[in-house]
This record gives sequence, structure tokens and C-alpha cells, in this order.
Amino acid sequence: MLTKRVIPCLDVKDGRVVKGVSFVNLRDAGDPVELAAAYDRAGADEVVFLDITATHEGRKTTIAMAARASEELHIPYAVGGGFSDIADIRTMIAAGADKISINTAAVKDPALITAAGAAFGSQAIICAIDAKRVGSTDKWQVYLSGGRVATDLDAVSWAQEASRRGAGEILLTSMDRDGTKDGFDIALTRAVARAVDIPVIASGGVGKLEHFAEGILEGEADAVLAASVFHFGELTIRQVKEYMAGQGIPVRLD
Amino acid sequence: MKAIVVDYCGGNLRSVQKCLELAGCEAVVSKDASDIRGADAIVLPGVGAFADASRTMLASGQMQVIRERVSEGVPFLGICLGMQLLFDCGDEGMPEGELAEGLGLLSGRCRRISSINVEGKRLKVPHVGWNQVQIVAQQSEEIASLFSGIADGSNFYFTHSYQCEPACSADVLATVVHAEPFACVVRRGSAYGVQFHPEKSSQKGLMVVANFVGIAERSR
Repeated sequence: MLTKRVIPCLDVKDGRVVKGVSFVNLRDAGDPVELAAAYDRAGADEVVFLDITATHEGRKTTIAMAARASEELHIPYAVGGGFSDIADIRTMIAAGADKISINTAAVKDPALITAAGAAFGSQAIICAIDAKRVGSTDKWQVYLSGGRVATDLDAVSWAQEASRRGAGEILLTSMDRDGTKDGFDIALTRAVARAVDIPVIASGGVGKLEHFAEGILEGEADAVLAASVFHFGELTIRQVKEYMAGQGIPVRLD
Repeated sequence: MKAIVVDYCGGNLRSVQKCLELAGCEAVVSKDASDIRGADAIVLPGVGAFADASRTMLASGQMQVIRERVSEGVPFLGICLGMQLLFDCGDEGMPEGELAEGLGLLSGRCRRISSINVEGKRLKVPHVGWNQVQIVAQQSEEIASLFSGIADGSNFYFTHSYQCEPACSADVLATVVHAEPFACVVRRGSAYGVQFHPEKSSQKGLMVVANFVGIAERSR
């Protein structure tokens, strides 16, 4: 049986980790590849590098980082952010990325998902969705550019379209919960997970062990993603997986 | 010892090459049939679709040289599509009803993974993620060298939409369950195939590659 995945996410700018990371025993705690390799050794199932680089020069550094990751990491990794067309995606896959994650570019041109899925296989294409609850309803609106730009898109319908167009996974972030440590937006996660037949990665809001299990058991997600709880050493990957296993969730502990 | 990582796709094969290097082996990535002739071990990675790989390998002469060398007993490891290519034929990327030619070093064919299990439940295809590799009970000796130090039921990383259907059950050393159990480690003579990606399966994957390198060193 496929296990449920635990995925640490690293924010990267100009080839360096952005948010402070307090990890022990690293020569260079700002090097995303070295950090990711530490997560590999700690039992992470996959790693996501989220590139927030804005400049062309910085982007080249990210491509070099992806190439280095293909040597140093022995688990799959995804690179998200900064893709605007199929050529950008091809460059990153050629550098060695197993998966790429597209967000704004996919909303602006949904045909990009179709083209990328056909060119590199659905398994390589993640559609990232940043969603914010509309008032107190059970409706969520899609936001772009790191939550700064609102769209008219409904998150559940957009996830369905992305899936139909050939995305292999949905990386779903709750803008309301991101950074709060109050746990995932379970209603959002479940609504999307039930609406699509591709894996959903729950993201945004994790603060304690129970939240990870809730994302899977109540949110019906296939994977859980977190950043700060891991980076600041509040929880280890092992702790999270042991807790999930204790709740009856199949995880990779060997 | 020198291993060749056969390049038939122009994809990124660095992670496979790196695993071999970590196992203390010189590893070259090459599409040149003469490099296959000179290598002590052959690794066929998995990228793309069966039909494309078959066409490229036939046109470049890789297919014929690999057949010759494996028949001579040179250790071979096929990864993912590389395992599927060990078999007679496959239909991925072919028009309906047609089959593309494989290496034919193991008997059987490749077909799309079933998505409906015995209870009628629908499972996702491609089969992507970490899943448990179960050693076939009567094959524990056959798999011992490749899986040295690896417990039965260990998790490995899979990403594929097609599976092998070996004609000869004696070739199947381990299986994995998605909608149904299917072969994920096969062997005939010096030819091994693994459906998972050892280069993406963390420490256990590195061990499989190192064990393969050990097998190749002992067979020199």
C-alpha cells in the first residue's frame, strides 16, 4: 500500500534558504541542498524547494541548485515558483528535478498544465493552489503571487480543472491558516481531496503533531507539507511519522 | 570496475550515476554502443515511454549489444522502464493492438497498471510514492545478494503507469501491491530488474545499487 508522505518545504531565494533555519550539524545552514539532504537522512519522503527569486541571475542559481540536488538527494524533489512557460519547466526537469510545481503561470495559461503533463508526464507536474476562505462560507477563492492577487476562481473547481488538464498532484495551501500554527483548513483540504482523483498535498497551518494526522484522516490528503515546525526543530520528521503511524496511518519508517 | 549508464533518452541520469559512484564504482553515462561493449556492468535507467526507448535503442545498436553482453553473463540492472525493457514487448506509446520490441532477455510483456482492485475500488494510476517491496517466499536465496541488509517489506519509491507481466514465475523475486500485486524485482541469470527507483529510495535504494555493484565485482 502506498504510504502517506511527509514533505518539508524550503523557501529559496538566489540559491539560499530564506527563513531562518536552526538545524544542527550543518556546515552551511543556508544551503538548501545540504538542508534537504539532512531531511532525506531524517526520513522525509520528498522535499519541495519553493523559489522566490525574482531576478534572472538568481534564477540561474536556482537551476544550479536543482542540478546539485540531483546528486546530493536520494529522494524525489520538486521545485516550485518562477515558471512562466514550458521552456522554463524543461530547463528545471533537465537539471534533474523530479517534479515542478506551477501556480500563477497555470492560472494565467491553463494550457501550460496540459502541455507540461504531455511533455513530462503527469507525475512530474504539481499544480499549487493558494486558497482563501470567502467570508464564513465553505467556498474558497484562488489567490496568486504569494497571496497578493485575488482571482475569480473557486479553489475546488480550479483543482478539478488542473486535474482534468493533466496535473499529477495538487499542492493546496490555506492562506487563512498559513503561518498560524492552528492546523490545516480541514474543510478546504477535504473538499478538494474529494473533488479530484489525483493526490492532494495539504499545506499551511501545521503547528503540532495532531495536525499532521488530521490532514490525512479528516482532510483526506495523501501528503502533508510543513516548513517552520521542521526548520526550527520543533518537531522532527521521525516524531511526526511515528505519531501518524500510531494513528493508524501508513508511513515509511524504515 | 566500470559501469555504464545507458543513455537512450537524453534525460538527466546524474542521480543514477551518482549512486554508482557512491558504491565505489566508476560510472559513465553514454549512448555509445561501444561503451556498452567495454563496461563491466550495465545499468539501464528508466525515463520516458517503452515505444520511444525501443525505437532509439534499436536504431543506435544499444539493443543488440546489451543482448549479447547479458547473454555472456555481464551483470545488468534495469530500473523502472529499464526493467520493463528486459521483457519481450510492451504496448506503451504504440497504436492500439501493436507492440514495441524489448530486449527479450526475460519472457513476458508490459501493460498498463490495473486501476481497479478485487473489491472494485479505484486506485490512482500512475502508481507514485513509497510502497512496500515483498520478497517472494521461495525466492529469498535468489534475491539475497541484491537485497543484502534490506528487510522484507521495506519501502521503495515508485513512479510508473506500466507494469511487467513475466511469463515465468521463477523470474519474479519480489512483488508490490497497488490495485493488485505485480512483479517489482525480477532476475534471470545476470540480468536484474527493479520497478522502483533505487536512486530516489534514500538509504535502502543506495544499498540496492551498492549490492548490485558488489554482484558485478564478484562476477569479474
